[in-house]
Amino acid sequence: MSGTSTYVPKSALGRWFESRLPILSLVHSSFIAYPVPRNINYLWAFGAILAFMLVAQIVTGVVLAMHYVPSAAMAFASVDHIMRDVNYGWLIRYLHTNGASLFFFAVYVHMFRGIYYGSYKAPREVLWILGVIIYLLMMATAFMGYVLPWGSMSFAGATVITNLFTAIPLVGVGVSHWLWGGYAVGDPTLNRFYSLHYLLPFMIVGVVGLHVWALHVTGQNNPDGVEVENVERDTMAFTPYATIKDVFALSVFLIVYAWFVFYIPNYLLDADNSVMANPLVTPAHIVPEWYLLPFYAILRAIPNKLVGVVALFAAIALLAFLPWLDTSPVKSAKYRPMFRFFFWVFVVCCVGLGYLGSQEVSDGTTLAARILALGYFGFLVVVLPLLGLIEKTKPMPASIADAVLAKKGLASAPPVAS
Amino acid sequence: MIRLKTCLFVAAALLPLVAGGSSALAQDEAEQPKPTRQSWSFSGLFGTYDPAQLQRGFQVYREVCSACHRLSIPFRTLGEPGGPGYSLAQVQTLAASYQVTNDEPNDKGEIFKRAGAPSDDFPPPDAFPNDQAAAASFGKAPPDMALLAKARKYERGFPWFIFDALPFDQYQEIGADYIYAIMTGYTKADDPKWNLYYPGHTIAMPPPLVDGSVAYTDGTPPTVSNYARDVAAFLSWASEPNLAERKKIGLRAMIFLFVLAALLYFTKKRIWSDLH
Repeated sequence: MSGTSTYVPKSALGRWFESRLPILSLVHSSFIAYPVPRNINYLWAFGAILAFMLVAQIVTGVVLAMHYVPSAAMAFASVDHIMRDVNYGWLIRYLHTNGASLFFFAVYVHMFRGIYYGSYKAPREVLWILGVIIYLLMMATAFMGYVLPWGSMSFAGATVITNLFTAIPLVGVGVSHWLWGGYAVGDPTLNRFYSLHYLLPFMIVGVVGLHVWALHVTGQNNPDGVEVENVERDTMAFTPYATIKDVFALSVFLIVYAWFVFYIPNYLLDADNSVMANPLVTPAHIVPEWYLLPFYAILRAIPNKLVGVVALFAAIALLAFLPWLDTSPVKSAKYRPMFRFFFWVFVVCCVGLGYLGSQEVSDGTTLAARILALGYFGFLVVVLPLLGLIEKTKPMPASIADAVLAKKGLASAPPVAS
Repeated sequence: MIRLKTCLFVAAALLPLVAGGSSALAQDEAEQPKPTRQSWSFSGLFGTYDPAQLQRGFQVYREVCSACHRLSIPFRTLGEPGGPGYSLAQVQTLAASYQVTNDEPNDKGEIFKRAGAPSDDFPPPDAFPNDQAAAASFGKAPPDMALLAKARKYERGFPWFIFDALPFDQYQEIGADYIYAIMTGYTKADDPKWNLYYPGHTIAMPPPLVDGSVAYTDGTPPTVSNYARDVAAFLSWASEPNLAERKKIGLRAMIFLFVLAALLYFTKKRIWSDLH
C-alpha cells in the first residue's frame, strides 16, 4: 500500500537532505500520498482525534508536572496551588483531567468501530493487537494519574487496584508490598506512580508509532470490509481528502471537549477527590473513573477474589484474541445481520456493566452484573466463533468503487478507463 | 430495524431489575430526602457570582463558621476579579486583622506570629490549632472549607445524571445545594444533632445559624435561609474562584470552535466535490 514513494523534494536543500535521511518522503508517502479507501465514514476520523488527544495530554501533563509535588504531604496542596495560584493553572488541569475522559471516549468509539467493521481480521491482526496494548497502557496511565492528586478517592482507588495483586496465590502479598514500596499505599507508592505516569505516555507514543506503521502496511479497513483492488478507483489521496475530513471531525470533537472543560469541568470528577487522602477515612462508596467501570462491575460480580481478578484481566486480554475468536471471513457488520444484532447486545452489556459499576452493591445489581458479564464473555468466546459457522451473510460489493457508486444510486460501476 | 428490536429487547430484559432497584431507592428516599435544587446567580452558561452575596456569605463565614472551620485560601483572592470584589485596601486591612504564624522562625529561632498580609492564607481557628484538637471537641474535625463546595455531593441517580451534563441544564451546583440543605436541615428543635439531609441524620455539628445572629448591613432579611444561601454561594466561590474567567474564556472558545467547524465543513465539501 505504501509503495508510492516516488516523491522527489522540490528544493535543492530538500533533495540534499532526502539523500541523507529520507524522512521527507516518509512523511509524504505516509500522510500525503497514502491511499485511503474512498468509502470510509466519520468513524474513521477517531484515529486522528486520538493522536491529537495523546499530544494534548502530554503537553498539558508536562506543564502540570512543573508545578506538581509528588509527595503524600504536599501533593494535594500542590494541586490546589495549581488551581488557585498558577496562571491559567485551572485551565491546564481541567484540560488534562477532562482530556483523559475524552481520550477514553474516543478510544472506545475507535474500538467499537473496529469490532463493528471487523477491522481486526486478516491482514490487520498485528495492527489490532498493538491497539489492545495501547489501550492497556492507557488504562495503566490513567489509573496512576488518578492517584496523583492524592484525594480520598485517589487513595481508595490505589488501594483497591493494588490489592488485586494479593489474590495471586503464594506471591500475591509480596507482589503488593513490592508495588507499594511498603506495607500499604503511601509516599513511596505515590512517587513511583508519578514516575510511571510520566513514563507510560511516551511508551504509548512508541506503540502508536508501530500502530500507524502497521496501518500503513495493510491500509485502512473500510465500512464495506472489502480490500482495495484498484488503487486508482478504490482510493483517494490522504491529503487533502482524509486530512480535511479528519480536521473537521476534530473541530467538532473539540467543541465537546471545550464544553466539559469550560462549562462542566467537575462533572466527571468525584467529590471525594476534593478531600485530601486520609488512610483512616475511606469514602462511603468507592468508584473508579467512568472508563474503568465495566471492568470494576465484572470484578465485583464474582464472589471469589482470585476468579474475579482473573475475569477482570481476561475481559481485556480476550480482546487481543478477537482476530481468531471471530471465525467469519466477512469483515463488515453491514453484511452480517446476526453479527450486527449481537454486536449491539454486546454494546448494551458494556454500557450496562458501566452503569452497574457505578452503583452501590445490592442483590439486584450483582445479579444484573452477572447476567451482563455473561453477555460480555459470551459474545467474545461463544457467539463470535459460532456465528462464522452458522451465519448467512449478505452479498458484498465487488469492490470499494462499486460500494461507493451503489450508495450514490448508480446501479453498476461504469467501465474503467485505464 | 434490528437495532431497534435489540434495544427494545434489552430494555424489556433489564426493566424488572431497574424497577426492583428503584423501589429500594424509593424506600431510602423516604428516610433520606435529597436536597432541592436552588436557583444560583452562578449557574448556567453565563452565570457569575454576585459580589454582594459573596460579601454577605463571607460575613457569615467570619462571624459563625470560622470559629471552628479553617478556610485555607489566600486573603488576596477576596480582591480578585469575579469574587467578592473587595478593594486592595480592604483586603490589606482584613489580612492585618488576623495574626498568622510566620513560615520561618526569627533570629533567635523562635516561632512567632505577625499581622497577616494579602499573600497569607486564612489562619486556622484559634480554638483548634490542628485537627486532633478539633476532633477532641466534636468527635470529628470540622472540615477545611476551601474546597468544601466541591467535596460534597448527593446522588442524582439515573437518568438525571445524564441531563446534568447537557447544555442549558448543566448542573454544577450540587455542592452548594447540599450545603444549603444541611444549613436548613436542623428540623428537630429538641435534637441539635439531628439533620434531615445529613446521611444517617446524625451530624456532629450543632445548628450553626440562628435567625438574626448575623447583622446584615444591606437590608437583606437576617434569616437562616438567607445566611445558608449566602454562605453556600461564598463557599462555592472559595472552591471555584476562577468560574467567571472560565466561562468568559469558554464563550470565546465556543464561538471560535463553532465558526472553525463551520468553515472546515464547507472546505471539506468543496474539496470533496471534485472527487467523484
